[in-house]
Amino acid sequence: MSEAPLVQTLRPDLALIARTVRQGARVLDVGCGDGALMAAMRDHSQVDARGLEIDGSNVAAAVGRGLSVVQGDADTDLTYYPDASFDYAILSQTLQTTRRPDLVVEELLRIGRQAFVSFPNFAHWRGRLSLMWGGRMPVTRLLPDTWYDTLNIHHVTVDDFRALVKERGWHIDGQWFLKGDRETTHANANLFAEHAVFLLRK
Amino acid sequence: MASVPISEDSRFGLRRQARLAGPMRLSSGASLGPVDIAYETYGAMNADKSNVILICHALTGDQYVASDHPVTGKPGWWWRLVGAGKPVDPARHFIICSNVIGSCMGSSGPASLDPATGEPHAMRFPVLTIADMVRAQALLLDHLGVDRLAAVIGGSMGGMQALTWPTLFPDRVESCIVIASTARHSAQNIAFHEVGRQAIMADPNWRGGDYYADGQVPSAGLAVARMAAHITYLSEAGLTEKFGRRLQGRDAKTFGFDADFQVESYLRHQGLSFVERFDANSYLYITRAMDYYDIAEDHGGSLARAFAPTSARFCLVSFDTDWLYPTAESRVIVHALNASGAQASFVELSSPFGHDAFLLESPELNRVVDGFLRGGRA
Repeated sequence: MSEAPLVQTLRPDLALIARTVRQGARVLDVGCGDGALMAAMRDHSQVDARGLEIDGSNVAAAVGRGLSVVQGDADTDLTYYPDASFDYAILSQTLQTTRRPDLVVEELLRIGRQAFVSFPNFAHWRGRLSLMWGGRMPVTRLLPDTWYDTLNIHHVTVDDFRALVKERGWHIDGQWFLKGDRETTHANANLFAEHAVFLLRK
Repeated sequence: MASVPISEDSRFGLRRQARLAGPMRLSSGASLGPVDIAYETYGAMNADKSNVILICHALTGDQYVASDHPVTGKPGWWWRLVGAGKPVDPARHFIICSNVIGSCMGSSGPASLDPATGEPHAMRFPVLTIADMVRAQALLLDHLGVDRLAAVIGGSMGGMQALTWPTLFPDRVESCIVIASTARHSAQNIAFHEVGRQAIMADPNWRGGDYYADGQVPSAGLAVARMAAHITYLSEAGLTEKFGRRLQGRDAKTFGFDADFQVESYLRHQGLSFVERFDANSYLYITRAMDYYDIAEDHGGSLARAFAPTSARFCLVSFDTDWLYPTAESRVIVHALNASGAQASFVELSSPFGHDAFLLESPELNRVVDGFLRGGRA
């Protein structure tokens, strides 16, 4: 089956996840937004997708497209999902907005057999330059908000995340790095990747 | 039977009534029979009977969900959601709405005649539960030749019935939409109902419920019950916006106990118009059924266990200013559904109108219901 157009129009990290998820898998998308990834996985890979999303109008949009999405908060509502009830739990561009990212990932790995975690890499060279030469918090394509109105309350780098994975004894089953809309090499990802996607397991 | 076109089958259409033999066994252990059910149907059943939607009404609602009310002349109580071009559409769906047992619009209730005596049942009518209302609806579906519901939909007490459906008949429900509702009646819910019941029973015309013969009905008590309940359907902000402290048809306070304020006049009007269309004893029985409602209690204290046998999809909607059945109550249901692995959607919509919002204009509610129904290809 050729790639559905929907997958091609997805944000690059979501397209990558949509391509990697197994056919027919059970997936929980935490912070699913308006359900674009869920819809793509459902239509492209016959995935049984469920979503959790904090914003009411996003939830209404997702339910309006026929998806099973629950309005709730990743920091508090994951506890109601049973152990190993999904093949994958997905947290895309949401990690850095949670109050306790480490606990949220722990919950993902309890609920899902594997977990996708994607986040913008705060150590990308543009951000470093902005801090080093401008002395200002970076405002870039991936981090478009100013320090006072950003939803990102826990800025994280690729190396920070790897350190957390090592400290908690999680396993990395896959890792992908993005520069613009394209995949980039693992070499010096902490400096050159704008975006990272990890596939973890306990 | 199957060869009879639906338009010629007297079971289908507006203002129908069925007498179901029964006797029906009730939650209390008592039995009821025969069971009369007044109902309406809209649209036509498709060949494989896969387009049937049951709409459940709220405390003082009735079967006239999408047609003019015979007493008040007002349009159907959920015309914003049910009708041509709406999310529930007779062009695509076969829609059933029946009057709950215990009510007074044609279904068996305290005001209907006991066939044994020829007199109204009054307070000799058995006390009912929400589950009993649902069992009576299931009997009606049997009568109509409907095996499975593509969807059961309700708001408020209608949501209680909708949520009860898959717990009693897990194989007969494919999807379930529960709006502005709860899985159990809280102490506060029971407390408000008790105020209403006491108002009715304190009316000297109530006379232990035997007021049918001379037509001297406890209308003052019923009106007060309605006034108190009506406050719980609104929000403080909504009341302030609609009435504030504005005076009713006068420039100054009268220093008396006339309806000086617009909000008083409004509530009095709500009370007076309600008694013209509703039976006081029915109000007692239905509020009692709601107070006894607690789905978890019927399943060993576990709400998740109640939903374990069903593969139905669920959609829950709450409104942010609804303090009668607040969002937290919907979340309790959602958490139980997640724990049981059910397919569940839930959204809290924003509205200034409190609990009443589920009956009012809400494009987002329509979008959610439409998308959810189409998502299941219902």
